[in-house]
This record gives sequence, structure tokens and C-alpha cells, in this order.
Amino acid sequence: MGEKKLWLRWTRIGLFSFCLFILTTQVTWAKPVAMHIMEGYLPLSWCLFWFVLALPFWLFGFWRVQKITQKPEKRLLLGLCGAFVFVLSALKMPSVTGSSSHPTGTGLGAILFGPATMSVLGTIVLLFQALLIAHGGLTTLGANAFSMAIVGPCLAFALWHTLKDRLPQQIVVFLAAALADLATYVVTATQLALAYPDPVGGFWAAWLKFATIFALTQIPLAISEGILTVLIFNALQSDAAVDLQLLGVSS
Amino acid sequence: MTSLSKTINLKQTVLLVAIVVFLAVIPLFLNRQSEFGGADTVAKEALVANNVQPWFKPLWEPPGSETESLLFALQAGFGAGIIGYFFGYKRGLKASKQQTEAVNNISDVSN
Repeated sequence: MGEKKLWLRWTRIGLFSFCLFILTTQVTWAKPVAMHIMEGYLPLSWCLFWFVLALPFWLFGFWRVQKITQKPEKRLLLGLCGAFVFVLSALKMPSVTGSSSHPTGTGLGAILFGPATMSVLGTIVLLFQALLIAHGGLTTLGANAFSMAIVGPCLAFALWHTLKDRLPQQIVVFLAAALADLATYVVTATQLALAYPDPVGGFWAAWLKFATIFALTQIPLAISEGILTVLIFNALQSDAAVDLQLLGVSS
Repeated sequence: MTSLSKTINLKQTVLLVAIVVFLAVIPLFLNRQSEFGGADTVAKEALVANNVQPWFKPLWEPPGSETESLLFALQAGFGAGIIGYFFGYKRGLKASKQQTEAVNNISDVSN
């Protein structure tokens, strides 16, 4: 009977996301803005600003990563979290607006190891993409890391810790990963609006323009990201429950 | 009991994968005229339209879309390899533990 309820619940979630999806296709056909800010497209002062903001997270994260890698059983799980970001950020999925973008994959690592550790893993992936694929950039690395590797994971971490005892675990994992994905885009919109405010309406007009586009066009992608994170979390629950207990993630 | 919850989990997994595939496939039918270019290229065009000039160029760029897709495939393949290794290792560990326990039980009985 309990299983039947679970099945029903997921069917409801499926229907709900389908309705959301249909809604988004009806509401907007506008073109989305970037996931990562391209090389050279952010003024030097803003590049420095975001580097400085990201620095404390990186330093604390390096320290955390060093501690984690001293323990073999945690090291393997850390590798898994990094690999998950690698795979998900390579998946350029078609979006309802007629262009492609990719999920971030940072929610899983943020839940398991916290946002500081994730800031390091996410930045490694961004560095790889900036150097080898000319996706994102070195000058914009601070800004891109701040949105994808810091704010997203921080939100996922906060959601996980406030909701994990109040809602079913899978729902919390879904929400943490999906909203971290959305937050990444909203921060990118903020960064672009700060650097290029609207000549008439200023920052808020530019922000509203970017953020409304993001919020509506990225919802299907955030749903996908949330579901993919739930899937890998389920696999961890069945095959690596001991590791999760070791990290204090499941009781 | 365990086999029952396993079938439920399988159903759930299939449903979830189906939603992800659905979300990725439907746009292809909704925007038949689109080529689904990268969202950041669209953003660059928007900035160029507002007279924004890049002040720094990528140190290296893939010569074309074929090399770029090669690197993206390597990135995904590398990550998927590690994920496969992780779960294979964990399952193997579990299986060998069960086997050792079974062997121990048999020797206990024969003694």
C-alpha cells in the first residue's frame, strides 16, 4: 500500500511537471541568454569583482577537498560528484525556446559535501570548458564560477538542510538540484544586468528582462536536472548506503 | 518485500527517465525551423547588437563543430566512465561480501 502511494505521488509529479512545461511553452518564445558568460564579454572591473567574491570559497573549498581526499572511501564519492558535473554540463539539451543549454549537476555534490567543496569541483569543470572548448572563459571564470559553482550549490545545500526532515527525501533532492540550476541562471542574469544596465531603466529594467526570460525558459531544464539528480541519488541509496551514512546524509 | 519494492523502484526510474527524454524531445517538434544553437551564442549576438566588444579572446578554440563535439563527447564519456566505475565497484564489493558470508555459513553448517 505504501508503495502504491509512492507510485501515485510520482505520477502526480509527472503530471505537474508536464503542466508546468506546457505553461512555459505557451507563455514565452523569447530567446534565452547564456549559461556561462563568454570570454571577454564582461568588463575587466566586473571580472575582478567576481574573482574576489569567489576567492574565499575556493580557498575554503581547497582545504575541504584536501581533507576529503585523505580518506579513500570519501575520495571515491568525491570523484563521483565531479564526474556527475562533467557529464551533466556536457549535455546540451534542446530547450522549448529553440536553442540549447545544459544542466549544471552541482546539486548532488552540494548535498553530499557542501558548497565549498563544490565550488572547487565546479570551477575545474568550468576551467576545462574554457580552455578546451572555448565555452565560458578565463576572464569570466570568476563570474561563471560564482553563479554555477557557488550560488547554485549554496542554495542546494541550504534547501537540503532546511527541508530534509520535513519532506520526503526524493522531493528535497529534486527541489535542491532544480532550484540550484535555476539560481545559476538568475545569477548570470544579474551579472549581465550589473555590467550592462538598460540605458533607460537602469539595472532593474535589464535584470527584469534577463531574469524573466531565464525563469520561464529554464524551467524544463531545471526539472530535468532535478530528476537526473534524484536518479543518481536513488542509485547511491541502493548501492552505496554506507557511504551516505558516513557523510551523515542519510540516517 | 524487497523484490516488490525493487519493481516499484524500477517503475519509478522508468517514469523519471521518460520525463527527462520527453522534456528533451518535445522542443524538437515544437521548433521545427530551429537548429538549436548554443544559448551563449544567442547571448553573444544580443551583446554585439548593443555594441559590446569582447576585450579578450579565448586562448584556443576548436577549429570547428566536429572537434568541439569530440571534446564534449570526451567530457561526457570521461564522467560516465567514473560513474560506471563507482557503481560497479560498490556492487562488486556488496556481492563479494555476500559470497564470503554464504561460504562462511556453509562451513559453519558442515562443522
